[in-house]
Amino acid sequence: METTVNLPLSSRQRLSAAGQPMLASGYGRRRFVQGAGFALLWAAAGLTVGLLAIVIGYIFVRGLPGLSWRFLVTAPEGGLSGGGGISTTIVTTAYLVLLTLAIATPLGSGAALYMSEYAGDSLGLQIVRFGIEMLAGVPSIVFGLFGYALFVTRMHFGFSLLSASLATAALVLPVVIRTAEESLQAVPRDLREASLALGTTKWQTIWGVVLPSALPGMLTGVILSAGRIVSETAVLYVTLGGSSLLPRNIMDGGRTLALHLFYLATETNAPVSKQMATGVVLIALILLINFSTNWLGRKWKAKTL
Amino acid sequence: MRRRYLWDRLVKYLLLASAFSALLVLLLIGLFTLQEAWPALVRVGPLRLLTGTSWRPGQGQYGILPMIAGSLWVTAVSVVIALPIGLGTAVFLVEVAPGRLAGVVKPAVELLAGIPSVVYGLFGMLMLVPLLRRLPVPRNSGFGILAAGIVLAVMVLPTLITISADALRAVPQSYKEGSLALGVTHWQTIWGVIVPAARSGIVAAVILAVGRALGETMAMIMVIGNSPIIPVPLSSNPLTILLSQARTLTGNIAVEIAYASGLQESALFATGVVLFLLILLINGTARLLLGKRASASA
Repeated sequence: METTVNLPLSSRQRLSAAGQPMLASGYGRRRFVQGAGFALLWAAAGLTVGLLAIVIGYIFVRGLPGLSWRFLVTAPEGGLSGGGGISTTIVTTAYLVLLTLAIATPLGSGAALYMSEYAGDSLGLQIVRFGIEMLAGVPSIVFGLFGYALFVTRMHFGFSLLSASLATAALVLPVVIRTAEESLQAVPRDLREASLALGTTKWQTIWGVVLPSALPGMLTGVILSAGRIVSETAVLYVTLGGSSLLPRNIMDGGRTLALHLFYLATETNAPVSKQMATGVVLIALILLINFSTNWLGRKWKAKTL
Repeated sequence: MRRRYLWDRLVKYLLLASAFSALLVLLLIGLFTLQEAWPALVRVGPLRLLTGTSWRPGQGQYGILPMIAGSLWVTAVSVVIALPIGLGTAVFLVEVAPGRLAGVVKPAVELLAGIPSVVYGLFGMLMLVPLLRRLPVPRNSGFGILAAGIVLAVMVLPTLITISADALRAVPQSYKEGSLALGVTHWQTIWGVIVPAARSGIVAAVILAVGRALGETMAMIMVIGNSPIIPVPLSSNPLTILLSQARTLTGNIAVEIAYASGLQESALFATGVVLFLLILLINGTARLLLGKRASASA
């Protein structure tokens, strides 16, 4: 706060002594400090973008040569060699994403609907909100421990798609709830009132009017969660088993793309090019997901405004 | 008519139930981890578990102090590296960036947040670790606190940037106008008025970044070396402590859970309980600081 008190003084000095070289150079000094400060800010932002470019660039430059159609459609060999391709891991990733979203989306949307449409600003709601925020911060390995203790062991689901998607659903639940709630709250009040004025019940209004308008936004949240599931490793490491075979039903284990990459990098003798190529596929998937959420978000905004 | 309203009521209770799902999951997580950790807490004792300096499951020694130290070291290193970059980027985004450039930086930050942690781990393992290995220090393997801290710094940047940018944006426009009207430069306004006014939000961003750093698992076990030792300098130069290998709380769980059983498995769950409580404490503090604004939007 001291500086804000000093500042008007210095500017008054400059005004009263206008034209005097010493004080004019004081003004020059301030300009110089500002220039240097802004240069630092530019550097910081440049570094942020640069770090992203370095990480992605490094993986792409070293991974693209190892990437081929055959790599994508060949099954991994498993074991220590790290040979083969990544076909089964791509399919397993898709299975896990679908199953997890099938659990988390209805639950999360339901929670968001209640919080946005029914609950006032009660104490109960504040506690629920607090719970959601705390859940969002819990480390993924703790979700893994929880899934291992409850689903793998206690409920005898074993290392399976089912155990893994239940644990991962718990992980993405806060993301689903928060994005769904935001899109529900963006729906104009008049729409609800107009519908209710026609004599519909609350649920008819929600189902027929509110949900359709909020759908694109909620979809963005679902895709965002898909990205989280694709990137997740720690939870799956302790719940999915890690077999390189294709799971035949939800009680089978498997490995997703990210988990496969982890095994390749730490537990096999796979050549670096193979690890990098797997990394390229993973980054490409995330890029695709990010672009589609941004695109959907823009399109939706343009429509509602 | 009556069926319509019955349905209306039914749906309401269904939605009410799902609203409590997140809270329920949080409770279940606490309950189940604590239950599995119970044997270790009773047989080793919470104090010896927390303050024991040696982790040797083969000899029945279950002290997690080395892992607490490891987690704190990498977290500190990552925040020290990430804070100037993150805060600078946030100020740049909110105050300085020309519109088109902000349109490049923002998606870049989102993408940084989206990249899977195994990819960061891979990058650290294959690029950073060999680079650090060249430092001429005895017993330097490249794996260790510095490698982990740098990787983690990149990973917590998005949290730091988005939350402090939110805080900077929330500073009333009149503060800025008032300051500029006094004849002060834009830079002086940023440092003297805007950043101090956003202080609590920026502190919350740092706290959330710490929480994020403490929770990271896979990237850490790929670059930190995973020795369950309290880090010490490798030579007479105290800075070489940064090249010491270490193990994080999260890494302790991930490295051993696959083959652990009995008391060892229980001790790993106890590590999970410590981690869980630590994170609740940290994020709870951040939420208090952020007040009513949604704190975990990053």
